Amino acid sequence: MEYTEVMVRYGELSTKGKNRKDFINRLASNVEKVLKDFPQIDFHPRHDRMHIVLNGAPFAEVDKRLKKVFGIQTYSPAIKIPKALEDIEKTSLELMQETFKPGMTFKVNTKRSDHKFEYDTNQLNNLVGDYLFDHIDHLKAEMKHPDLVLRIEVRQDAVYISNQLLHGIGGMPVGTAGKAVMMLSGGIDSPVASYLAMKRGVDIEMVHFFSPPYTTEKALAKAKELTGILANYAGKINFIAVPFAEIQETIKEKLPEGYLMTVQRRFMLQLADRIRAKRGGLAIFNGESVGQVASQTLQSMVAINDVTTTPVIRPVATMDKTEIIKLAEDIGTFDLSIQPFEDCCTIFAPPRPKTKPKLDKAREYEARLDVEGLIQRAMDGIEVMPIYPNEKFINDKIEEDQDLL
Amino acid sequence: MIYFDNSATTKIDPQVLDTYNKVATNIWGNPSSLHKMGDRAHQMLEASRKQIADLLGVKQHEIFFTSGGTESNNTAIKGTAIQKREFGKHIITSSVEHASVANSFNTLENLGWRVTRLPVDKEGRVNVNDLRNAIDSDTTLVSIMGVNNEIGTIQPIDEISDLLENYPTIQFHVDNVQALGKNIWDRVFTPRVDLSSLSAHKFHAPRGIGILYKKEGKMLTPLHDGGGQEKGLRSGTENLPAIAGMAKAIRLLLENEPEKASREAAIKAKIVDYLKDKPGIDIFSPVSDGFAPHILCFALEGIRGETLVHTLEDQDIYTSTTSACASKTADEASTLVSMRIDDKIATSAIRLSFDETNTLEQADEFIKVFDKIYNHFAKINHLGEN
Repeated sequence: MEYTEVMVRYGELSTKGKNRKDFINRLASNVEKVLKDFPQIDFHPRHDRMHIVLNGAPFAEVDKRLKKVFGIQTYSPAIKIPKALEDIEKTSLELMQETFKPGMTFKVNTKRSDHKFEYDTNQLNNLVGDYLFDHIDHLKAEMKHPDLVLRIEVRQDAVYISNQLLHGIGGMPVGTAGKAVMMLSGGIDSPVASYLAMKRGVDIEMVHFFSPPYTTEKALAKAKELTGILANYAGKINFIAVPFAEIQETIKEKLPEGYLMTVQRRFMLQLADRIRAKRGGLAIFNGESVGQVASQTLQSMVAINDVTTTPVIRPVATMDKTEIIKLAEDIGTFDLSIQPFEDCCTIFAPPRPKTKPKLDKAREYEARLDVEGLIQRAMDGIEVMPIYPNEKFINDKIEEDQDLL
Repeated sequence: MIYFDNSATTKIDPQVLDTYNKVATNIWGNPSSLHKMGDRAHQMLEASRKQIADLLGVKQHEIFFTSGGTESNNTAIKGTAIQKREFGKHIITSSVEHASVANSFNTLENLGWRVTRLPVDKEGRVNVNDLRNAIDSDTTLVSIMGVNNEIGTIQPIDEISDLLENYPTIQFHVDNVQALGKNIWDRVFTPRVDLSSLSAHKFHAPRGIGILYKKEGKMLTPLHDGGGQEKGLRSGTENLPAIAGMAKAIRLLLENEPEKASREAAIKAKIVDYLKDKPGIDIFSPVSDGFAPHILCFALEGIRGETLVHTLEDQDIYTSTTSACASKTADEASTLVSMRIDDKIATSAIRLSFDETNTLEQADEFIKVFDKIYNHFAKINHLGEN
């Protein structure tokens, strides 16, 4: 059974009134982005649903990718057939035989936009229903809550049949909420925060701080590979690597140990904010969870957040670690996140960071440094690269190597 | 050309050689190096180890790479003896082992260990009762081969394992160089086996690489000290191309293992069937469940083994006298001598050893060629005349 089309039903955006058109266009372009390696596919976004014509692209793969596009409520694969009763019956039977298990109930649901078709909806429901009863044992009809609904749509050009209703992940199409930067470390939390930001339609760009030679290439590769996993939800995510070693060295050299962490974080937030402004973002997202570590106490947030008035949004702020881990496992970032490559948050970590830093002290210490010079040099060193779904960066040769065994 | 000497060595598989070449060319970093070249080599090393462990049904950290069967046997035997010397200095083996086992025991004997060499019956097999009687409170090691390399006897590793369940502190080593891929692995590699040796060139992989299986928790004193590779058991930079080639060769070897083994058994059976009623022929490797499918040892009375080997060689058929390793020293004690076969007959023995690349047509061809040789020698030696 080869599906020829997919009918996509929109999620929350259905309620959004006059912005609807932008939303639909954004969703369509996001769907196109994740399916861009199937050039034969045609997309027809309409006001109430999107119609995807597969033209031979395998539905199994398309299915996997649609499951990760925010803004899709449900979708159904369908088969396009000629407008003849015989074909309708034959295809209906094949579809039912693939999905029906003894004990299931069903109903036929016909819609007709071609009112000149020789059978009306009731006639078709009865004819096809009878045909299926004749050919499948133990079939039971049920009008109110059937297990399977066989949908037959008679349109001008052809008849479309489907009997599966698949669930998308909901949310809002990425990009509809605007652009923001995401502070991605490489741990468990920030990838989950990224996912949640995208779920609300935010088009994120990753900002990652790295400190060679203190951090290894593997730590950077890990952050990129995490971005590759998250790119499944956006089609593409820009990755911005920010050199941070000079700032860390300077802070380590000149400031008291208790404030190393706080001042480092202030610099990170300032840099993220500069990058945001430069790239037209509206907000900064990060993976902070209240009270999880010294830099994430409310007192620390006060002392760090002080550097900007830009909204700093923390999607996992109130989640427990176990909840975050569960979500990380679901979205496929957990196993990679726990790979032990030292990132720039763990090097230069003071043995006893202040969990209740004072804002005025943080300001005072920071002011001893050439803040503008340090930030400018870091900004001069940033590198931006686009990352596509499932791109590999760590051990990119390993899989190929292992084919030799 | 008919190559019936696969217990001596096998021809390298082109796919294995391809892996060897690609790894040697592209993944040549030292697995211990910190940089990415080293990391890539390390990943490949561990992937090879994992594949081998999975194929053998053991844990990844129980597989150690050595230079081959001889080193694995030396490490298992001397490593155990030295490690456990304070608990006792009595070690037990059989009288039909490969030279690398037999001579390791000789060396230890010269250094003060007490050695028991178990006798064998007329099929070359040790008796578990003899082992039971030999074990005492000083015994630290039992080393018995899985498959005899000269005549193919499968030793009763399962019965020995049952017995040794009562002696958990004795380390049990099985030289399995001849036993992998012959559909008898479960019989020669029981859960009680602590140490076992394999050699890659016996299954179409390169020379100079082998495996020592060491069960989790068992202790050996290393013979090669150095940089601590192989968890300190076998220092020396890992031979990655050969290791990867061996991992691939084991995968290929174990694909369709039962069919391959039964094809080898059919070749052996066909030749045995031809030989069995001929006057002056003594078969030491009967077609039986107690023998491996790929080894056939027999003697043509009155003709020295090496004469027969060279006569067959003239017809482009390659065989060996009883053990290729020992075949150049005729007076070496052999399995046949331990079986109390008359010297005259023992020196007439030759060994055919098959593998999955041999065919029944080759068996027919062998029979045709051998028949002429036999008739010629039979006439000279008046075989079949009373």
